[in-house]
Parts: sequence; structure tokens; C-alpha cells
Amino acid sequence: MTKIHLVNIDKPGQASLETYRAGGGYKALEKAMKMEQSAIVEEVKTSGLRGRGGAGFPTGMKWGFVPRDTGKPTYLLCNADESEPGTFKDRILMERDPHLLIEGMAIACYALNCHLSYIYIRGEYEFVANTVQKALDEAYADGILGPSVVGNDYGLDIFVHLGQGAYICGEETSLIESLEGYRGYPRIKPPFPATHGFLASPTVVNNVETLTALPWIINNGGAAHAALGTEKSKGTKLFSVSGHVNKPGVYEIVMGYPLLDFINNEAGGIPNGRKLKAVIPGGSSVPVLTAAECEGVGLDYESLLKAGSMLGSGGMIVLDDSCRMPEVLSVIADFYAHESCGQCTPCREGTGWAAKILRNLVAGKGRKADIDLLLKIADMMEGKTICPLADADVMPIRSFVTKFRSEFEALCEG
Amino acid sequence: MIEFSEEAKRRYESILSHYPQKRAALIPVLALAQREFGWISDEVAEYVGTLMGYPPSDVMSVATFYTLLHKKPEGKYHMEVCRNLSCWLMGAYGCVDEIKNRLGIDIGGKTPDGRFSLQLTECLGSCGTAPAMQVGDRYYENLTPAKIGEIIEKLSHD
Ligand SMILES: Cc1cc2nc3c(=O)[nH]c(=O)nc-3n(C[C@H](O)[C@H](O)[C@H](O)COP(=O)(O)O)c2cc1C
Ligand code: SF4
Ligand code: FES
Repeated sequence: MTKIHLVNIDKPGQASLETYRAGGGYKALEKAMKMEQSAIVEEVKTSGLRGRGGAGFPTGMKWGFVPRDTGKPTYLLCNADESEPGTFKDRILMERDPHLLIEGMAIACYALNCHLSYIYIRGEYEFVANTVQKALDEAYADGILGPSVVGNDYGLDIFVHLGQGAYICGEETSLIESLEGYRGYPRIKPPFPATHGFLASPTVVNNVETLTALPWIINNGGAAHAALGTEKSKGTKLFSVSGHVNKPGVYEIVMGYPLLDFINNEAGGIPNGRKLKAVIPGGSSVPVLTAAECEGVGLDYESLLKAGSMLGSGGMIVLDDSCRMPEVLSVIADFYAHESCGQCTPCREGTGWAAKILRNLVAGKGRKADIDLLLKIADMMEGKTICPLADADVMPIRSFVTKFRSEFEALCEG
Repeated sequence: MIEFSEEAKRRYESILSHYPQKRAALIPVLALAQREFGWISDEVAEYVGTLMGYPPSDVMSVATFYTLLHKKPEGKYHMEVCRNLSCWLMGAYGCVDEIKNRLGIDIGGKTPDGRFSLQLTECLGSCGTAPAMQVGDRYYENLTPAKIGEIIEKLSHD
């Protein structure tokens, strides 16, 4: 299978500039610097690349929204907050191939005419940030970054910024608030970051995986990228798979690859002779799929959507038939209750009450009416808040309760 | 009165130089202050606020939003075990129980000698090597109760 991100991931010393260069590293940046900025944006549009942070928004189109005539600087912010439960793909890219990210960021910065850029890395990944910082230091020392990017008349500074523990700061406007030095409260959109982002200037927020696709796209052309995958899902995708599988880890597949083949081949199947019960394909914020619903589903945006779930971040969690679904949902619901920033009443109260009701149910103290109450709370949260965190709680609640209702009922007396 | 060490003052200046506006440096400076003073006390918030020109209430309101900025002194080894789904599936609570039993502390507690404290945390991005725990700036992965015993043993003697 074609690889875009993990080509060199197992190469010893890949994190060093020397090894990265020996494998053809920074050739794409050199090539990009000879291109018109607008031509790079066009190339990325042609590639069909969609954001890998969770929302799947077309990257070239997002870049196209950035105004060029405001007189303000433009900022590129790399989203390395990676906190969606089940997701650990950006970590491996930064730990093992940090120069790929730096090269991708430099290409994006040049295309966007950005001269100052930040990598917002979750604080828990401090040891990962140290690896990235070392790679940045090497890139500066080598003249890749700094006043003249790979010898061109173009200056670029990239800094690492560590988060300090808040899932919500992965949401792009919360990330911007946090980077500005405030509590990470998401902002009401519009205005969008493209026009009013970091320091009220035009800003693009892109995920680590999105940015690390760029060197390949510049080297091979947008059309080659668009030739991979399905109609609406181009290129490859990293899936981090965990839970009940024999070989948890990060795997790169071409979009459209069958979900069940992925679980049985790449992930090594279900351990201990157990059976597949359900899959959360894209991080805990997407609807769960029953084993039966996984039949014939491809790992791409449209196929997962048609099956009733979403591709999300590619954080796949596999559940075997020993799982009691109300317990699983309770663990998930506690997360959203803990991470709600508290700005919106439906989210602050809804995530909290859903978590409490579920704890009560799991403890055997629930009533059947609580099940419908959960669904009612979900209705009251959905689409009524500043950011999608409330919806991210609604999706597991609604899918678990409707698809495994009998398990919830069995816990209730009357 | 508390004050940054000379080394921390140099770090502080370097942090400020990374941002076009001073305010953006506040959270990294709070992280630096925690490294220096152990946790974000009222005194630390006041010091950082005076240094940067913000009221201590403003500084504290930011600090209280972020879980990695501690609002009370934690143990030298602050053990944060991931309770989220993949770790939970792979036996995180067996590890939590082992810590509780060995150290005689509960979640949120600290040993009397101040060496260890225990807390639950959310997904650490180690779901493929679950269960996982963070202690300071390092991760421990693929945990088992036996491994927890070894880790505590090791950290008790250095
Ligand atoms: C609650 C919440 C958490 C998010 N967490 C992350 C994250 O950890 N990493 C990330 O890249 N995107 C995250 N996102 C998506 C970002 O808002 C944004 O869409 C993304 O960074 C854009 O980059 P992309 O277009 O390259 O995907 C999150 C969104 C929400 C609503
Ligand atoms: S939906 Fe929740 S997390 Fe998002 S802004 Fe509102 S309260 Fe905060
Ligand atoms: S669930 Fe524990 S590290 Fe992700």
C-alpha cells in the first residue's frame, strides 16, 4: 500500500536531520520555494487533501479563505494537542519523524505567506516536544529555518508552544485563545480564524497529519495524491488502533481500505478467541458501530458516514464481546463532563448530568425512565452550543443507548 | 518574597521573545514558575502577575483552567494514571488499586513524606500501549500491577 506519512518511520535515526536529508528530506521545500505561493495552494486543492484533525475540511479551500491584503501578518498554527481519546498518531509522527512536520509546516507557511508559526503541543507530550525542539534547532543551524529559508529570500520562525492540560484546547478557536494566554474558551464563529484568528490576524490551524502530507504532495504532485483513495477521500490516513486487538498501534492505509480487514490484518484480530462486538472508528466523539454495521464499510469519510459514524481523528477503539456497553459509555461520558469548558449551559449541565445518570445506572440504581432522560439530554445539547464538544458527547450517548438499549434496560429495576 | 533563579530569569526572557505580544507568554511562564516553585500558589500567581503586569486574580483564573498547572503541592512523584477508555479496557483500575494499596493513599492523596501523590487523568495518547501513566515529564506504558510495584520501588530509592 502507498505510504505518505510513515515511509521512513521505522528508519533508525530518522529524527536527525542527517538521516532525514539522506532520505530525500527537504527536497520538497526546496522545490516549493521555487514555486509561486498561489501555485502551491492550487496544488493542495488539486490533491483533495482534507484536514486530518477530525473535521475533514478541505485543506486547500481553507487556505484559500485567507485574505492576502489585510496588512496584518498571517499565522499558521500546527495543532498537536492530540487529546481525542483513542488517538495517538501525531505523537508517533513528531517522535520519530519531526523533520517531516517541520518541512510540511515550512511549505504551508510559504504558501500562506506566513513568517511566524507555532506548534501547539499538549503539555503531557513534553518529551515529544523536546524531540521536536531538537529538530527545530537543527533546522535553524542548517539554514532551513530563520532569515532565509533553504537559501531563499524568505524568513520563517517556528516555535514550540506547550499546552497545560485541557482537551478543549484542541478545538481551533480554543487553541487560539490559549495561545494568546487566556483560559481556553472556544470563540463564537464567525468570524473564522481565516480572517480573525491569532491576535485578530488571518490564521490557519492545521493538524500534524495534514501538514506532514504536504512534502509528498509537492514531490509527487496534487494529481498523484488525488489518484489515491475514494471519490471524496483522497490519499492515505493514519489510524491509531487500540482496545481489544492483538496488535494495537498506528497504521497507514489508503482511504477506502475495508474496516474489518484492517482489524483482522493490520491490527491482528481480536485476542483470546473473543468476538468483535463494536468499533468506535474515529475517536470517542464519533458514533459507535456494531459488529454487524462494520460489514462492508471502508475506512474513508463517505463510507463511515453512510454506516452512521465518522472518520474523525482515526482513533479506532475496538471492543470485544466481553464489554458491557453501559460501562463503556459511562467511562466516555465522564470524559466529556470533565472536559466541558463550562461556557454553554447545555454543555456544562448536559455533560455533567449524563455522566451522573450513567454512573447511577451502572451502579444498578437507575430507572428505565433514565434511559429516555439520557436521550432527552442529548437532544437538548445537540447543536445548541458554541463549539462541537457537546455534540461530541451526544454522538456516543445516542449511538450506545439506541444500539445497545437492552443492556441499559437490564440494569434498571423499574 | 519569592523570585526566579538567574537561570529561570534567562528562560523567562527567552519565552517572551517567542511571541509578538507579551500576554501570549503567560501560560509558558506559569509552567516555568511551576518548575521553579512546585505549584501555582497565591504567592506564585502574585509574583508572575507583578512580573508581567497582570492582576494576580487574572493569572489565577488562567492557571485554574489548566490541569497541568497544580493548585496544591503534589508529591515529588505525581502519578497520574489514565482512566480513559483504552486504558480502562486494559486494566487501569487494577494499577490504581495497586498504587493505593502500596502507598496507602487515595486518589487525590499524597504520602506523608511528600514523595508520591496519585491522580487519575484523561487519555494520554498512549492508548496503543495501555494502560499508561504519567509521572512528571515521563510516561510509563503497558502497565501491570507488578510493574507498578517495580516503579514505586525504584522511585522510593532515588
Ligand atoms: C472538542 C474538540 C477537540 C479537538 N481536538 C483536536 C486535536 O486534538 N487535534 C486536532 O488537530 N484537531 C482537533 N480538533 C479539530 C480542530 O478544531 C480543527 O478542526 C483542526 O485542528 C483543523 O486542522 P485540519 O483541518 O488540518 O484537520 C478538535 C475539535 C473539537 C471540537
Ligand atoms: S460546547 Fe462545551 S466545551 Fe464547547 S464552548 Fe460550550 S461549554 Fe465549552
Ligand atoms: S485511553 Fe489511556 S492513553 Fe488513551
